[in-house]
Amino acid sequence: MKLSIQVNEGPYQHQCSDSAYNFTKAALEKGHEIFRVFFYHDGVNNGTRLASPPQDDRNVQQRWSDLAKEHEVDLVICVAAAQRRGIVDDGEAERNGKDATNIMDGFRISGLGQLIEAGIQSDRLVVFGG
Amino acid sequence: MSEIKNFLYVNRKAPYGTVYALESLEVVLIGAAFDQDVSLIFMDDGVFQIKKDQNTEASGLKNFSPTYNALGDYDVNKIYVEKESLEARGMTIDDLMPLTYEDEDDDWAEKSSIRMVSADEIRDLMEESDVVLSF
Repeated sequence: MKLSIQVNEGPYQHQCSDSAYNFTKAALEKGHEIFRVFFYHDGVNNGTRLASPPQDDRNVQQRWSDLAKEHEVDLVICVAAAQRRGIVDDGEAERNGKDATNIMDGFRISGLGQLIEAGIQSDRLVVFGG
Repeated sequence: MSEIKNFLYVNRKAPYGTVYALESLEVVLIGAAFDQDVSLIFMDDGVFQIKKDQNTEASGLKNFSPTYNALGDYDVNKIYVEKESLEARGMTIDDLMPLTYEDEDDDWAEKSSIRMVSADEIRDLMEESDVVLSF
């Protein structure tokens, strides 16, 4: 089955990101296709590379990045939500005059149309959090 | 993309305590450009999102409620409100913004977009939808 995932909550604050990650990983291991993972609301904070969680805890952001690398999963951060919360890639830094970037490897920033497209193209859109 | 799916946006939270309502509305407006079949549900505290006469001045938050009036122009004209949620909050349809659209099949007559439904009918709406986005 072709699936897309929506992640609506930030890491550590909420179990949403853990559940979405575990679901995505399990779906891939079962042979399903993940068309896209879309990060919205505080979920965009899953895409910062500047977090330093304690070493005896899971690294939520790194885990997504590794999953993307291993399975070529499309991790998309909503641009409007990212601008409010300060998730920045090269393009956004230039556009908004910021002096740094913080996006994690494997994520990209794009528009809400990517979420709608995921709903249209996938057999199921599975929403976590909110 | 020629395929048309039924998109259902379920709005369940009060408008200003969290950002869900505002960012849900942003999805609806962007999604309207994709020519899909769109319905909105307002239930639980989500009914407060379309309450009329909202004033956020004292809170310093942006009053985004006027934007709901634009939904009709985006061909988003199926707005379902759960009766039980309104009643539980001591509200009637008269407490809501008069959201309308112009019916192109009826000489552009202005009609109400709001449809009152029961919890049972909401269950059926969810069942019939291809994509359910809950905020």
